Amino acid sequence: MTLSRHAGTYWTGFAVIIVLLILAPLVLPEFWRRFLTEILIWGLLAMSSDILIGYTGMVSFGHSAFFGLGMYGAAAALLLVKPPNLWLAIVYGLAGSAAVALFVAYFSTRLRDIYFAITTLIFSQIFYVIIFTWTEVTGGENGLAFSRPGFGIPGLWTTPFTSTTLHWFVLAVVAAAYLLLRRLTQSPFGMVLQSIRENEARTRAIGYPVERYKMMAVMVSGLFAGLAGVLYALQNRFAAPDFVYFVVSGEVVIFNVMGGIGTLVGPIVGAGFFLGLREGLSRLFPYLATTFNLPHLAEFPYLVPVGIIFIAMVIFMPQGLLGFAKRWLNR
Amino acid sequence: MGIPWDIIIIQTVNGIVTGMILALVASGLTLIFGIMDVVNFAHGELFMLGAYMGVVTLATTGNFWLALVAATLVIAALGAALQVVTLRPLLGRDPLYTILATFGISLVLQNYALWQFGPVARKIQEPFSGQFTLFYLQYPWYRLLIAGLSAAMIGGLYLFLKYGRYGVWIRATTQDRVMAQAMGIPVPWVHTGVFALGAGMAAASGVLFGPLVGVNHAMGLDWVLKAFIVVVVGGMGNLGGSIAASIFLSLLEAYASIWVSPSQAIIVSSVVLILTLLFRPTGLFVPTPK
Repeated sequence: MTLSRHAGTYWTGFAVIIVLLILAPLVLPEFWRRFLTEILIWGLLAMSSDILIGYTGMVSFGHSAFFGLGMYGAAAALLLVKPPNLWLAIVYGLAGSAAVALFVAYFSTRLRDIYFAITTLIFSQIFYVIIFTWTEVTGGENGLAFSRPGFGIPGLWTTPFTSTTLHWFVLAVVAAAYLLLRRLTQSPFGMVLQSIRENEARTRAIGYPVERYKMMAVMVSGLFAGLAGVLYALQNRFAAPDFVYFVVSGEVVIFNVMGGIGTLVGPIVGAGFFLGLREGLSRLFPYLATTFNLPHLAEFPYLVPVGIIFIAMVIFMPQGLLGFAKRWLNR
Repeated sequence: MGIPWDIIIIQTVNGIVTGMILALVASGLTLIFGIMDVVNFAHGELFMLGAYMGVVTLATTGNFWLALVAATLVIAALGAALQVVTLRPLLGRDPLYTILATFGISLVLQNYALWQFGPVARKIQEPFSGQFTLFYLQYPWYRLLIAGLSAAMIGGLYLFLKYGRYGVWIRATTQDRVMAQAMGIPVPWVHTGVFALGAGMAAASGVLFGPLVGVNHAMGLDWVLKAFIVVVVGGMGNLGGSIAASIFLSLLEAYASIWVSPSQAIIVSSVVLILTLLFRPTGLFVPTPK
């Protein structure tokens, strides 16, 4: 009885949020519409990383590699195949990130804890260096620009994206990905991942092939990160090496911790919180500079206060915003 | 076309010089890891801030050696303060949280440096400009001096850990934190001291390396990545292994950059890393565990 009531509340909440997100682009001005779409995309990336951080207990500092390869995969499909095709872009992007994920999964799952974090970081830097220096194929520092394909069934009917319909498309993909990942974490597979997080030695002793499960987890996580990369490429119509740089991976970890790890929704909340802080602070400093006549302050980097907030949250609120809210509501 | 012996010898010297600097950075990193299980993501930023402190002190005093000492002390104090404020509350929690906290520190420090010193690279003047002839190159003595000084500092660290009163405290805490506490060693302060020591070593290497490359806000990143590769290849928390791995990897990168561009040479280290993980995950330069 209580369980079904809990499920009822859950699905009502889910539906309300989805409806709000569907309606949002109709009332928001262009800038904030794009901003909201961007939060969803970064949220998907952070959610994919939550499979590793929150459910398997492995911190990946290399998610930029999967994200970036998704971007470049989409770019390859859109530049090489005529006419450009949305679905092919997704397929290419997923293939690119899957290839990288297979490579990373094979080598780095041999290690645990900090060693895993460091090796994923170093792998993502290798891909960054390759993409950055292989100018003939990847466009090097400048990256690749392309036009956005239309939505539709190839050969039958296509319609170009507007910022509103693109938002709906992104929302549909992210919502589907969320439901899929949620189902996955509640499946027997997800349960094994969580038991690896809780006690790896015991999981192994029970007889589960821990390495294989970890590799699967990295693959799944990498695929969804690649999907986020494809969406980002579609929204911004370019692929650039900056997005393969490890700073992006770091931000993904920040989204997770800020929102609450092991919750799937938390990372999206964290992404929204981080990006909101970025927007707010990068307006606040120029404002303060003109008000108090301190011109040097205008370019004060928003990442300094954000970094301090992040450290404070790590120390005082390790369960993240969502975990904190949950505990507060249950009190 | 024969084997270009002259280039190989020049690159050997270059590799040993960078290897010694890298060893200085990596030994601080591995010391911090060995004693408190903290992977210090901010280590590269301490290196970078050390170099900037060197720039600032050199501009005001004009004395390179004074700048070296001042930067080391200031950054060591900064390291101690950072450890007390951010890492001490995390003692006893999952090591993951210390990674996150140091990552946050590195974000703050790097962006602060960008704002404070601007994006244009600064230059540190070498303390002397003597050169000697190495085949067709005029090779600066200063580079050899860096290697020598780094070796001296690492040697000093080794002697300190082996015979110094506080060095014994550090080793005792590394071996068994609880037992050390029970014997009356102030473990939290040992942690702070080691973090300060590591930070000071990073700062010193930043100042020493400053004259060879420009000083800018992003310079720490390259080094911290290399130092991470070094500590994994050398075996985490193993000082001797880190030093051996630093020199080994720097030599490999130096030889590799004869044929590929230096920015791609890091791939060579990464291949070594992958091979290490495959065949000897405990590290290349540690004795086989029995």
